This record gives sequence, structure tokens and C-alpha cells, in this order.
Amino acid sequence: MTLTWAKRASFVAVAALLLAAPLLLSPFRLDLLAKYLCYAIVAVGIALAWGRGGMLTMGQGVFFGLGGYAMGMHLKLAEAGPGQLPDFMSWSGVEELPLLWKPFANPVFALVMAVVLPVTVALLLGLLIFRQRVRGAYFAVLTQALAAAFVILLVGQQGLTGGTNGLTNFQFFFGLDLYDDADRRILYLVVVIVLGLSYLGVRQLVRSRYGLLLVAIRDGEDRVRFLGYDPALIKAIAFAVSAGLAGIAGALFVPVVGLLTPANLGVIASLELLIGVAIGGRYSLAGAVGGTLLFTYAKTIFSESWPDGWLYVQGALFVAVLLWAPRGLAGLADQLRGAVAARRRPPARAPLPVVPTREEARA
Amino acid sequence: MSALLEVRGLNVVFSGFPAITDLDFTLEPGELRFLIGPNGAGKTTLIDVITGLTRPASGSITLAGQALAGRREFQIVRSGIGRTFQTSVVFEELSVLDNLDLAAGFRRRIPALLRRRHGVGDDVASALDMVGLGAYANRPAGALSHGQRQWLEIGMLVVQRPRLLLLDEPVAGMSRDERERTGELLRAVARDHTVLVVEHDMDFLRRFASTVTVLHEGRLLREGSVAEVRADPRVQEVYLGRTRDELDKEVA
Repeated sequence: MTLTWAKRASFVAVAALLLAAPLLLSPFRLDLLAKYLCYAIVAVGIALAWGRGGMLTMGQGVFFGLGGYAMGMHLKLAEAGPGQLPDFMSWSGVEELPLLWKPFANPVFALVMAVVLPVTVALLLGLLIFRQRVRGAYFAVLTQALAAAFVILLVGQQGLTGGTNGLTNFQFFFGLDLYDDADRRILYLVVVIVLGLSYLGVRQLVRSRYGLLLVAIRDGEDRVRFLGYDPALIKAIAFAVSAGLAGIAGALFVPVVGLLTPANLGVIASLELLIGVAIGGRYSLAGAVGGTLLFTYAKTIFSESWPDGWLYVQGALFVAVLLWAPRGLAGLADQLRGAVAARRRPPARAPLPVVPTREEARA
Repeated sequence: MSALLEVRGLNVVFSGFPAITDLDFTLEPGELRFLIGPNGAGKTTLIDVITGLTRPASGSITLAGQALAGRREFQIVRSGIGRTFQTSVVFEELSVLDNLDLAAGFRRRIPALLRRRHGVGDDVASALDMVGLGAYANRPAGALSHGQRQWLEIGMLVVQRPRLLLLDEPVAGMSRDERERTGELLRAVARDHTVLVVEHDMDFLRRFASTVTVLHEGRLLREGSVAEVRADPRVQEVYLGRTRDELDKEVA
């Protein structure tokens, strides 16, 4: 009981701190924090798919990108005005707006697509590969290949996607001026609220019967199948939810950072999303969010003071977590709590009766 | 009375090797049937084919007149066939209660799954009571002993109200006491279920079985009461390669 209250209190404290951040941080730091929070939204989804469902998804960048490009395309069109082309298209010699872009002029369509596109792709892909019982490392490699292919596609279609440069130069976001500090604070608060809702939503999902079923599939997929459930469907839904969250995060990333390039969603970007979750602890939602914030913050700090060292630190961190804390920082915290509690009082539970094996019984 | 399960002309081949050959097999509603045979006789293969895990080369399997061919595993479960495996698998991180609750809810649709469990359903409570794990209801299933896990698994089947239960070696690795309790549980389950048990513990068989089917090298060798089967010299020969006297010594 007390633990539940402690958790609630820390949730409220963190929420209050994040909401107060615009008063405490310079506009530059606030922008960075908003970017970290976008990644944290992706982390919530990864904690669901990987931590609960055991799906090591190494291609969340794809879904992040689908959401981001849906939003980016709309913002570019809104800025260019009716009948005009986005700047990069004129540079690439494109003379007429491609068919793919046309519906994104509608803001509602773009917003809906930022979620529906990644969710649909993940659901179809998930059903297809989970039904073939592809899992574990094979699933991980498959999703990574998807991220690599997606980047190649984006870079190759210069006139359609802006190629390697991606989409840049955003001035407005649904009436907010992205060069105005006060408006940027509002944008930051939107990100905080979306993260809070994602966290609470996934937390509810994790505690529901569906969440238990997901854990059951992670630990014994065949057994679940012989309980009459279709594991492929259950897993595909969790994968789709995580993709939807990545899509939303991507859509917010675009106005927060002001650009979206293939480098933001490729193999390496997708891996970095995973490392933060691994460090924080994939079995815990709070751990995944905290780990991602810590990791992205450390990346900024190191890139500012010791840019060459960051790659090594990043690699060392990942190895250290795998070796000594496979359940991440959240797992370490749990162990610590357990150790303290054990020291305070002798073990309350009597050990279960040990049943002799057949040989022992005969002896 | 029409048969609950009917297997006709079943052939199963594993990369050229015949695992089951021309097998006919029938279960009447309400039966408690034991399936025995030496290693490689095709006992587990038969269960695998019935539950959709293995595809037969030819032959038909019907449950209460409905063909099972082509259905996926979870669909076969939904049509009323539950099974356990030789190695028990319970969901270790979930509580005993949640294990049973998930099993009970296999017909729930996705929206109904999105709610949290509140309280304990009647079916779950009675299954918990039946397998005698009431004291462990809120413990993680991973903390259970080997025997308790098997009982939990049987409880997870019963709570699904299947028309047919297939148990693969439920007493393997159990102590004498545990075997005794499992036998009692089996009797209780068999009162209102049709049950097929794969088992080759002779002692257990003699105490709890009524009708026995003997498989040998994928073929049906003998079907009858425990006494009839044990008296059959062919069974003695293939099953143990020993005479009746030796068999009795073995059991005693």
C-alpha cells in the first residue's frame, strides 16, 4: 500500500516539475527538454512492446518517421500556401504537387494520419510476422532491416521527401509561431501533456487483463495459444500501440526540433531509443521514461563537452547495463528496496514446502 | 450415443518416418481413457494431431461430428479441446489467480480484456477449490512446486469448460503423495468431463484407469480394461519386452 502511495507521489512530483520547467529553464534548454520528452513518448511504447510483450523492436524510427513526415508534410504545405509548392520541391525541379502530398493540406487528415499510418503498418506487419511465429532475434533483425529500408526509400525520393535533408524550415504550428519563446512554451506543455496521457494510458493497459496476457505470451507463447487465444493478434496490437505512440512522438518532434531528416529515424536513431529504455529498465514504464530522459540528456552534455567520447560512453553504458543490470536502473532500485526491507524484518513468508522427487521419495 | 472424438484412418509421417499408421480411435462422451505405449508409440503425436500442432498426412478427426482439419490451434481450443504438455507451463510472473482468470477468459473479446480484474469469478473460485490451491491464490505461479503447477494447469483447463481434456503425462516426476492427489483430482474432473490421459506409470494406471488404449509403433495394439490389457501377451511383449511375472515384479 505504502509503495503505491510513494509511486503516486513521485508521479505527481515529476509531473509538477515538468509543468514548472518553463519557469525554470532557458528557452534553449526548454527546447532540448521538449525533444527528450518526445523520445520518452516513444520509450513508453517500447516498454509496452519490449518489456511486456518481449518484442525487441529495433525499428521504432520507422513509425516515428511516419508520424513525423505526416506532420511535416502538412506544415510545409500550410506554410507554402494554397497552390504553392514546398521550398525543397522547387529546388528539386518538381513542378506540380505530388498526389501523395495533396490530402496532407488538410490539418485533420494529417493529424489522423500521424497516428493511423504507423498503427496500420505495425498492425499488418505484426499480424504477418507473428502469425509466421517470427520472434526473438529474428523479429529484431527484421524491424532493423525495415528501418534501413525506410531510410533508403526516403533518401531516394528527393523530390517527394526532401531526400537526405528531410523537411526543414518550419515557421508555424497550428497558429503557434515557432520562433516565439512564449509560443514555444505552449508547444512544450503540449508535449508534456501528451507524454502524461501516453504514460497513464499504457499503465492502464499494462494492468488490465490484456497486459497480463501480454506477459503470459512473452513467457509462454505456446501455452497461451493452447488456452484458446491468438498470440499473433495480441502481440500485433501491442506492437501497433507502440507504433502509434512513436508516430505521435514523431509528429511532435517536427515542430519542437524544427526539422526531420532520415538520420532522425534510421537504424542508429532506432537503436538509441532502445538503449535509453534498456538503461532505465524495460519492465518498468517509469524506468523506461527516466532512462530515456537520462540518456538523451547525457548525449547532449557529452556532445557539448566531449563529442568524440560520447560513442564510447554510449557503448560502455549499454554493455554495463546488459552485464550488471539487465533489468535496468528500475530493476536496481527494486533490488535495493528488497534488500532494505529484508534487513529490517526477517523473511515474513515461510518457504514453500519442498516436494521430494520420485527418486528421493523411493529412497 | 454418438462418439465425442472420432479419429479415422489417421496417418502421420515425420520426414519419411511413419509416426502413426492407419489409426482408428474413438472416445465416447464422459469417458476417462488412458493411452499407453512404449516410447515412440505415437501417444504424444496423437495428441499433437488432435490439437492442431502437427498436421496429419491423411485421415480425419472429428469432435462431436465436426471436422477439425485445417483449424488453427487456438480455434481448436475454442471448439472445446484443452490440453496440457509433458513439461508444465504456467505463467510464472502472474499469480495463481491470474493464471486461472486468463484461462477462464479465453472467449473474452479484446475490449473486455482491456479492463482490470476485479474480484474472482465463480468458475475461477471453484477451479481453485478443486485443485486445492486456494492458499496460494495470490502467490506468483513461479513459486509453486512441480506438482502444484500440474494441478494449476489442470485447473486452467477445467475452468475453460472443455468438452475434451487431453493430459500428457500428468504424474511424471511426481512423488507418491502427489500422484495420489493427482489421481483423485483426475477422478473428480472425469465426473463431468471426457478425459484422455497419456501415462505410463503402471501403478497409477492400475489404480485410476478403467479403459486403456495401447499404441505400439504408431498402430493400435489393444483396447480394453486394465486387466485385459495387462493379460494380453502381445502388450507384455512390446510394451516391456518382459513376461507378466517380471512386469508384476516391476510394479511391486
